[in-house]
Amino acid sequence: MDRFERQYILPGFGPASQQKLRKTSVLIIGAGGLGCPALLYLSAAGIGKIGIIDGDLVSLSNLNRQVLFGKEDLGKNKAESAAEIIQKKYDDIEVEAIPYFLTKENILGIIQNYDLILDGSDNFPTRYLVNDACLIAGKPLVFGAIYQHEGQVAIFNAKGPHSINYRDLYPIPPSAREVPNCNEIGVLGVLPGIIGTWMAAECIKYLTGYGDSLEDKMLFYDLLNHNSYQVQLAKNQDSNQSRPKNHSELQEMDYQDFCGLSTQTDWEAALSFLKNANQSVLVDVREHGEQPELDDVEHLQIPLADLPNSRSQLASFQNILLFCQSGSRSLKAVDMLKSQFPDKNIQSVEGGIIRYFGDLK
Amino acid sequence: MKLLAFGKIAEIIGKQEIEIENFPNTDILVGYLQQQYPALKDLKFSIAIDKKQVNGNVSITTGAEVALLPPFSGG
Repeated sequence: MDRFERQYILPGFGPASQQKLRKTSVLIIGAGGLGCPALLYLSAAGIGKIGIIDGDLVSLSNLNRQVLFGKEDLGKNKAESAAEIIQKKYDDIEVEAIPYFLTKENILGIIQNYDLILDGSDNFPTRYLVNDACLIAGKPLVFGAIYQHEGQVAIFNAKGPHSINYRDLYPIPPSAREVPNCNEIGVLGVLPGIIGTWMAAECIKYLTGYGDSLEDKMLFYDLLNHNSYQVQLAKNQDSNQSRPKNHSELQEMDYQDFCGLSTQTDWEAALSFLKNANQSVLVDVREHGEQPELDDVEHLQIPLADLPNSRSQLASFQNILLFCQSGSRSLKAVDMLKSQFPDKNIQSVEGGIIRYFGDLK
Repeated sequence: MKLLAFGKIAEIIGKQEIEIENFPNTDILVGYLQQQYPALKDLKFSIAIDKKQVNGNVSITTGAEVALLPPFSGG
């Protein structure tokens, strides 16, 4: 007897299916609310090699749904912690931790090492990046996402370009502000638990041919009433419009911009945004004492050089607006913070404090 | 016809399922909904008729079930 006996005695599954799982590698993008349950079940099921990519650190507010982690993991990298926990449970599978965020520069190199990609990320720029890279690399993609009390699961790109991909469904991306994520509007931990587990189930079914998978279909689920709704997806001629078709086109994409997250804004927009959006903050990235001071708008002061160490001060905000003297340091600051917080809306205010006093005063 | 709404679209309409008069095609239906619920104008969504995704302007047969499917990003 081995630890997989209960699944290979299952009629219709059998030792051959177990063998397939053993020989397969799966990359889990994001060790978050979806990634944690998916990882638990895929490792338990005996997937031969599992990669976990996540540049984020475990924080207290993650613990209601990111069930791999506990208090002792706070502040640790999610991919490394998750890999350690899983490797300790099972020594018969290979687990690779990739402790940084996916970018258009690194994604193709990473996904080429895996047979199947599972997207448990939490923002639109990453979702489009993963979709496009999977198309270029010819990798099947198990997709799952949640919104408040609802979830959606699908398998994209199962058989190459003739299969459905995310852009067939949504050729024009929603702006990130149009659809808030769970950091902003909250979620009961069991919902990503259910959806992440369904994603794991779809991986196993797809890899072994057990049952009918969600290939080219999307399944919607509502936790409040247990309604589910399955839609047959269709190719969309608009889907190729702005899709990068190869490595160099991918490098030219700006996924933040594509998803309406431009890196610059003006004072008028910034001030109205601060007034109307929850969880927003304005940050002065100049050195202490630089003049003129902004004295009539509430803000934080974090000099550029201190930004890498200011994670705890900024982590609770979803919208971060940055200004400096003339708008060039704050642009640098956007880049620095984007690498720490890829799912946040981070913008530099054009023209800086000079423009503020010049135009508005 | 029956209209099903998911995610933020259901929030805006106030219900997940409503019975409405028949509309000849999806463009006219969406135009009507945007007029009734102006917040819908800012949203991207895909449409399914009788559980099949449709693209472009598609005619709607009497008594069909039309679902408005917004993207989710959370994880």
